[in-house]
Amino acid sequence: MRHRLISVSLFLCLAVLPPIAYALDDPFWITIATRMLIYGLAAMSLDFILGYGAMVSFGHAAFFGLGAYVVGVLTHHQFYDEIIPFLPFDWTGSVSAVVQWPLAMLVAGLIALVIGALSLRTQGVYFIMITLAFAQMLYFFMIGLPDYGGEDGLNLWTRSEIWGLDLSDSSQFYYVVLVLVGCWFLLSSRMVKSRFGRVLIGCQQNEPRMQTLGYPVTRYKLTAFVISAMGTGLAGALAANQNEFVSPSLMAWTTSGELMVMVILGGMGTLLGPLLGAFLLLSLEEVLAGWTEHWMVILGPILVLSVLFARGGLYRFLAGKRDAK
Amino acid sequence: MLFLEQLLNGVQLGMMLFLMAAGLTLIFGIMHLINLAHGSLYMVGAYVTATVSLASGSFALGLVGGCLAAAACGVLIEMLAMRHLYHRDHLDQVLATFGIILTANEATKMIFGPQALFLNPPAWLSATVNILPETPYPAYRLFVIAAGIVVALFLRHVITHTRIGMLIRAGATHREMVTALGFNISLLFTLVFALGAALAGLAGGLAGPLLAIEVGMGEQILILTFVVIIIGGIGSVKGALVAGLLVGIVDTLSRAFLPTVLKTTLPAASADALAGSVSSMAIYILMAVVLVVRPQGLYHAYGT
Repeated sequence: MRHRLISVSLFLCLAVLPPIAYALDDPFWITIATRMLIYGLAAMSLDFILGYGAMVSFGHAAFFGLGAYVVGVLTHHQFYDEIIPFLPFDWTGSVSAVVQWPLAMLVAGLIALVIGALSLRTQGVYFIMITLAFAQMLYFFMIGLPDYGGEDGLNLWTRSEIWGLDLSDSSQFYYVVLVLVGCWFLLSSRMVKSRFGRVLIGCQQNEPRMQTLGYPVTRYKLTAFVISAMGTGLAGALAANQNEFVSPSLMAWTTSGELMVMVILGGMGTLLGPLLGAFLLLSLEEVLAGWTEHWMVILGPILVLSVLFARGGLYRFLAGKRDAK
Repeated sequence: MLFLEQLLNGVQLGMMLFLMAAGLTLIFGIMHLINLAHGSLYMVGAYVTATVSLASGSFALGLVGGCLAAAACGVLIEMLAMRHLYHRDHLDQVLATFGIILTANEATKMIFGPQALFLNPPAWLSATVNILPETPYPAYRLFVIAAGIVVALFLRHVITHTRIGMLIRAGATHREMVTALGFNISLLFTLVFALGAALAGLAGGLAGPLLAIEVGMGEQILILTFVVIIIGGIGSVKGALVAGLLVGIVDTLSRAFLPTVLKTTLPAASADALAGSVSSMAIYILMAVVLVVRPQGLYHAYGT
């Protein structure tokens, strides 16, 4: 029962945040919280394969960046009214969120299908290094593309548009992000409890046994990998909207590392934990950065110590160790 | 002749990658530890080599200093953090070493400042050598290649002909048995870690006169090193050598010649843009091909 208590109270707190921020005359909090939610969405998606499928992907920044670039490229072409050159049909892009965001998920999913199919031929430490290498490949590919800003990135001239809403308003954008995060959370926790999720957990615990029982293990894992990439792609699309800017640095390997840290700090295999982990890491960064310019020299040892000593994560601490999962 | 020069450049890059990959692959093969901070040791080697060389005026002294400093940092990291991570899963190791990278990068920035350091090759290596009649080639790059060959022979000798090498091989495949026979496995682990760190420091020191010495240089080569290890097979020093050379040559040649090749079929402007993107992807495509054919790498040495 404590799970429901934690999740309901967390989302309630998040829902009342904008009015409180306005009441305290600090609307900047809404922007920070939006950023945390977006990274939380990516971390939650990563947890889906990390915590339930034992696939340690060190390349999720690639899908984050791809989602962002889909929004960036579509908006760019719409603004200049240019035909997108690499498509087989004539299309000048779109700024509609209903087009951009699903497309961001689709592109991230398709690339994940290719990367996953190759990477899942291996396991363990090979998998970590290969996903990292593929992400790095896409990173260099984006740097080498001068049409879309190369290393300097691409400015978006407008945020995505949804009929009836104004996403350039920070609290409206916040609520849209919050609703998407909530939906993704509900969807993921349903999936984890479904037959599909149980098979995935079975693979995590004992893959040869699942194989012997006749499950097409690789196909299940690949599906989970693609779903996870789609969630991360959606988060990337939202991040592009928030920053109104996309650059290859979104795909840098440190982003992948940060997402993993969020999952671990919050609690692997809990879905909601990574959201808390994103809040924890980003506020830690915010606080330390306000304190000293060299905040990373403090954050680094904190990470090492938390890996060494604080196992289980924040969510399990809140929910009680035995109760979790 | 240009081709020969570029080929030698590729071999030189390959030797640098081999120095990095040999240490990392040994650490992984024996301790089952994935160490992202290997790139930081490379950075330490580069910074210390440059500082000592500039202060003393002797590049050789600088290299020795760089190796020792990297080995010392390696031992420190091993004793403080890694030792507690051998029995954890790879995820914990990745995160802890990720934390170490952040710390090392920021600490380097605090000590040496944010601007890059530059180091000239020592006077006795700054000349060019005619590799073929009327084909000058920088002596320093030949020196790097020679250093790589010496290290490869040294490692081969140590691993196949010495008692420590025997323990290293035994520890990789039958860890419990080595412990049961009464060998101090934890001392062996520290030793291997120090050896790997010293090689990374040597690679960093050698890279000094070729590249800008800056924070973040470690991560660039670390990811290339991962590609080398994946292609070569984890735990295999021979695989590290072959794959290092392969990656070095493919990367250098594709950067050098892909634009020319593409220009024969495409208009010049788009050929340049495409070649830039594709040539930086070449080694990853190579990796994908190797994975499809041999998922365990070219020379699979030990169990994952």
